[in-house]
Amino acid sequence: MSSNNKKYWSTIEELEGNEAINKVLQQREFAEEIPIEDFLSDKKTLDSSKTTRRDFLKFVGFSTAAASLAACEGPVIKSVPYVVQPENIVPGIANYYATTIADGFDFSHVLVKTREARPIRIDKNKMSGNKSGTNARVLASVLSLYDFQRLQQPKVDGSETSWSSLDEKIKDDLSKTSGEIVLLTQTFASPTTDKIIREFSEKYNARHVVYDTISEDATLNAFQAKYGRRALPSYNFANAKTIVSIGADIVGDWQGGGHNASYAASRNPENGDMSRHIQFEANMSLTGANADKRILTKPSEQKQVLVALYNNIVKGSTNSGDLSSQLEDAVVKAASQLKSAGKNAILVTGIQETEAQLLALAINEALGSKIIDTDNPRLTRQGNNEEVQQLVKDMNAGKIGALLIAGVNPAYSLPNAQEFIEGLEKVDCSVSFSMKEDETAEKCKYIATTPHFLESWGDVQFTDKDYSLIQPTIQTLFNTRQFQESLLAWTENDTKFYDFLKENWEENILGGSSWNTALHDGLFESSVAESSDENNDNEEEETESINVDSAAQKLLNAEKPKGFELTLYTSTAIGDGQQANNPWLQELPDPITRSTWDNFISMSKADADKLGVKNWNVSNGALNGSYVNLKAGDVSIEKVPVMIQPGQAPGTIGLALGYGRKAGMQEEMQTGINTYPLYKDFKNFQDVSLELTKGEHEFALVQLQNTMVGRNIIQEVSLEDFINKPQDDWNPVPVTDHDHENVSVRSDKVDLWTSFDDTLGHHFNMSIDLNACTGCGACVIACHAENNVPVVGKTEVRKFRDMHWLRIDRYYASEDTFEEEKQALKDLPAFKPYTSIETPSYENPEVAFQPVMCQHCNHAPCETVCPVAAITHGRQGQNQMVYNRCVGTRYCANNCPYKVRRFNWFEYKENDEFDYNMNNDLGRMVLNPDVTVRSRGVMEKCSLCIQMTQATILEAKKDGRAIEDGEFHTACSIACEPGAITFGDVNIEGSEISEKRKNKRMYRLLESLGTKPNVMYQTKVKNLKDA
Amino acid sequence: MKKQNFNFSIIKGLLILVAILFSYSQPTFAQDNEGESTEEVEESSDSDSSSDLGDADRGKELFQANCAACHQRYKRSTGPALFGSLDRAPSRQWLYDWIHNSAELIKSGDSYANKIFEEYNQSPMTHFPQLSEDDIDDILAYTEQPKPEPTVADSSDGSSSSAQSGGGGVSNSVILGLLALMLLLLVIVLGLVNKTLSRFAEEKGIPIYKDDKPKQKPLWQMIVENQFIVIMFSVAIMLVGSYWAYFFLMQVGVDQGYEPVQPIHYSHKIHAGDNEIDCKYCHYSARQSETAGIPSLNTCMNCHMAISEVSEETATEEHSKEFYDGEIAKLYDAVGWDPETFQYTGETKPVKWVRIHNLPDLAYFNHAQHVEVGQIDCQQCHGTVEEMEVVRQEEKLTMGWCIECHRTTDVKMEGNKYYEKIHKQLSKKYGVEKLTEAQMGGLECGRCHY
Repeated sequence: MSSNNKKYWSTIEELEGNEAINKVLQQREFAEEIPIEDFLSDKKTLDSSKTTRRDFLKFVGFSTAAASLAACEGPVIKSVPYVVQPENIVPGIANYYATTIADGFDFSHVLVKTREARPIRIDKNKMSGNKSGTNARVLASVLSLYDFQRLQQPKVDGSETSWSSLDEKIKDDLSKTSGEIVLLTQTFASPTTDKIIREFSEKYNARHVVYDTISEDATLNAFQAKYGRRALPSYNFANAKTIVSIGADIVGDWQGGGHNASYAASRNPENGDMSRHIQFEANMSLTGANADKRILTKPSEQKQVLVALYNNIVKGSTNSGDLSSQLEDAVVKAASQLKSAGKNAILVTGIQETEAQLLALAINEALGSKIIDTDNPRLTRQGNNEEVQQLVKDMNAGKIGALLIAGVNPAYSLPNAQEFIEGLEKVDCSVSFSMKEDETAEKCKYIATTPHFLESWGDVQFTDKDYSLIQPTIQTLFNTRQFQESLLAWTENDTKFYDFLKENWEENILGGSSWNTALHDGLFESSVAESSDENNDNEEEETESINVDSAAQKLLNAEKPKGFELTLYTSTAIGDGQQANNPWLQELPDPITRSTWDNFISMSKADADKLGVKNWNVSNGALNGSYVNLKAGDVSIEKVPVMIQPGQAPGTIGLALGYGRKAGMQEEMQTGINTYPLYKDFKNFQDVSLELTKGEHEFALVQLQNTMVGRNIIQEVSLEDFINKPQDDWNPVPVTDHDHENVSVRSDKVDLWTSFDDTLGHHFNMSIDLNACTGCGACVIACHAENNVPVVGKTEVRKFRDMHWLRIDRYYASEDTFEEEKQALKDLPAFKPYTSIETPSYENPEVAFQPVMCQHCNHAPCETVCPVAAITHGRQGQNQMVYNRCVGTRYCANNCPYKVRRFNWFEYKENDEFDYNMNNDLGRMVLNPDVTVRSRGVMEKCSLCIQMTQATILEAKKDGRAIEDGEFHTACSIACEPGAITFGDVNIEGSEISEKRKNKRMYRLLESLGTKPNVMYQTKVKNLKDA
Repeated sequence: MKKQNFNFSIIKGLLILVAILFSYSQPTFAQDNEGESTEEVEESSDSDSSSDLGDADRGKELFQANCAACHQRYKRSTGPALFGSLDRAPSRQWLYDWIHNSAELIKSGDSYANKIFEEYNQSPMTHFPQLSEDDIDDILAYTEQPKPEPTVADSSDGSSSSAQSGGGGVSNSVILGLLALMLLLLVIVLGLVNKTLSRFAEEKGIPIYKDDKPKQKPLWQMIVENQFIVIMFSVAIMLVGSYWAYFFLMQVGVDQGYEPVQPIHYSHKIHAGDNEIDCKYCHYSARQSETAGIPSLNTCMNCHMAISEVSEETATEEHSKEFYDGEIAKLYDAVGWDPETFQYTGETKPVKWVRIHNLPDLAYFNHAQHVEVGQIDCQQCHGTVEEMEVVRQEEKLTMGWCIECHRTTDVKMEGNKYYEKIHKQLSKKYGVEKLTEAQMGGLECGRCHY
């Protein structure tokens, strides 16, 4: 390498060795003088020349003009058709495939929309019903497919290689190693993968360790102790009458998630009856925000509350230990409500202690709850913490010869990641099955690059009965190979994984049913549950051997924390951090704090004051906050930003996991702080101490207005009033003054404009049921995917230039409840500023969510002020934004009372300043070809997915049939699992949407302005029955 | 007087030119006709020679109706070339049996039958029990005609073919060259005449008039000094200028008449015009989807697997048979088809066609809506494509053009249940029976821009 004899030369003279010229060239750029001086001083020639300087400029000007005019001619556009067209693909027509996501954290049945063989949107597979749930991460996973940080080749020692040479080397290593061979994987919950792993283990005498990044070990252990198998109980909240949750984020990711829809179903007040939901928690969670009653409870107190409830319900004793009187009162009321609801009652807890989960199971058993189903438990978490920790020990002891890691990133997510990394160095043959060069993969010897789930085959067993299939929706983008395929290759089995899968299904699962039907549906319900005879035998023995009372005692005796009680949680957007490189998710606002691109400590106002922690707004309105240093035992994390959170229990803090990833991540996406080191023993409750430190953190919040200032933006009524009182009492139609009389704003008399005829043809309306909306944010992501909404990045969000067409506003009450806030507004003395009702109550305020998109006003304020008529109103009720006409005056945004218009301050596509998915060819593959990608300087906003309604109409026209109810959709209405968003044509008789319009809960946002919106809301009903 | 003389000579010159032009073009037509007639003569003489087999003319008809889908006369296609089959086959009876029921013959273990079957990828030949032995004889009479030797054709009417293949190109350039020569001569002659005349005048002492009027202001200066004229003139210039500027700007981005050269010379005239293939056979997605779709190459191969060359009649003055055959060869190259072995090689080279009709991304246009629902003929927007050798953009494709049609065209609603309700409502509202797209709401911005 060092003996490089090449000679580089820059001129012929240098090569030939012309010394004289070379010398000159060393000093100057040109060897000869350039005769500028001569030329300019020669007056005679200059004067005699007919071409003056001015003429020259004229020529230049003309030729430039001519060139630019010539450039008006369009470019030559090439079109390349298929050479051999696949049978089922018609250019311009979307195909849908049912598949399943099973990344170890999210398990969900999905329907993938593909255009010209590119997946562009993920929807829930409606056939799956209540078997699983989708969320923002599941819907956004389509963008993770087009992540340009993905590995494109298998690697050995950091350099790319071929599969054949990788196979050879690994097989060689595996056969030679003297140590133990271990498979460390995510929960696959896949019968076929399990079979392959079994065959591999038999051949190589390997051990299989399952590791869940976010552990449900406690629940699994408790369930095993009580029912004899490691599984999660199934829940169906739909019929629940009383829900008591102790620190369980039911709407979020508690016990694997997926309970959002059934929870929301229980909150339906239409039949005069809805569940009563009591939440004991420390952090303000999404579930707590939806609860009827939320009781601030520190983690240590949560354990006591659970024990007290156990004593009350199971033991019948009223002894509730040393609880505060407030909590005791709450416990007694909760217990009585649970008991009165009987089989429709459910108690759930998110405390990661086996004892706590045992107590919960015992309470539900005592209640005879039908909400919990222990006969058909879920298999979507199988991790075993003890085995994982044993493995780390074995690695460090040098016992492990080969470690195969699939689907998990322990070097990042283990609490003792450092120990794991040290152990990994002692393993001779380390193989990572990974899509990216993440923290673990970069330390492994081999990377067997895997495809995204949308490029893979596979299966998932959700419960004993419910199976589902994973099928590819696109040809693999890179030279990748599935984990299963690799294992088959290394066990010398030359069957393709697809054949193996099909064979296994036909032999063991389908029981004679059609494979094609199962593949089409994406799921299969087995009539015979997998035989669990042996499990049943165990059940009896196990049940007797466990002592719930001693578990309760153990919980009570738990050591009381000395410092702040930290609750670790997974955020709605990032979850366990797998998809942290997904810009849609990074920019998805947290439903509670409305913050993007960040994780931070949430802290109560009282504690913040004590510590001297501040949050303040800088001149452009954006929020800044103080830093603290955090210490938990031997772990210390410096400079953690703090956000003061209304409703945070004093003495507690919250902190999201999943952030702070660095390896295999784009720089823009390396946000937040890695908090996994705090996740000691996989417990979400930790004891930490804090101290204020210097510096200020810049948050990127999309909403700063925290309260409604007593206005009727979100209308709310108690269940009792809803049933007993007339509509005018709790949902009056706004009135205005006309001829000294109060006249309804819906009357034509008070309208400046001629009324809009909405009875012709289709007329679209959207209804948003505030009772069903849990604030989960799935609709925001669906809108991103369907409408090519750009990502703008943290600094732009800080300037409130976020582009989301659909936002979910969150309001805190300035008093404990919104009712009290309204009263406070009435009682506000004259000349007193509104400040008191503008600041949220920091103690335990009521919270409400409201999705707001363009309201498509029939008398739209934006339409009248546009100087170029770029916004027009369609007969179908849509307020139509015409991008190519817009000149960007922004008058419309100024005149919109709902503030739903978004302005393209910059070119967000093909712009290195906004290096997100629209800036690379791979990322642009997710764009919806039916929707224009907007350019700089134009306004945009929700179109009510006009491209989807037009497509539906066209289909009907082609078939020559009338359109029936339920055919019209928008991206958000499909994505909304709880069914809060309903969309349809009000002119179809008896349609769901026309019924919603007649519903007595119906109101319109700021209706008193007379904008006559086509979007309506259904008043939120809360069950305030306290005993 | 002299001047007039000159004029006459110019007119004379032009007349001569026209005469020359005609004299050159006339014979070409004559030769064309000759060529055709000789070919006919040849064919009929051929049929005479092989008349012992049957009636070749009738055989030709039968061949076209029954055999041409899989067989060619002189070249391998799906099946073998038929010329010489009589010699190759064991017997004429064998041929009858084979054509009537080839499967039976193969089953019977006939060695030649099995050999042929294997050789042609075991693709069975359709049975033709309806063909009598006489019919087969007729076909054989046609197929056993020897291939007309191209050299013979050349020698018989070589001059005509060279004139044909050269097309108008040669004669045009010859005419142009002559024209230029004439003009040059004219100029020289004029110069010489002028020179001679002035010499005569000089010698005879005739004064040559020279301008020696008293000095007046030149005309341009008078105009410049007249304010009224200047103002009128500038107004006129401005009006004309803005008129031109308007029309110039309005045509920016309008590519009417755009007629790019394509990587494969695909003639719509031959396919859609002469052979009357329905547009939607290839552009089938126009019925289902927003895009009409450029057909994939395997669609071409549905026919071109059997058609590897064009017939003599397809060749035009502009494009020879060899040219068209070359284009088909390009297709084979792109799709990876080996015409020798009759198999796909698997090596494909996707064709990069040049898009002709480009709507801007901001406009959404759906073919299915117009073709399937609206039942509009393709030609209404694309022009008479079936007559275009090279496709060009016929219409402007501007928004005004779209709107114009939406305003004036009645929507076809009969028999489409979708329209029943809206038709009732709108015909009541507007008091008309027939509704235009504009009345249906087709002028709303959001219908096409989203």
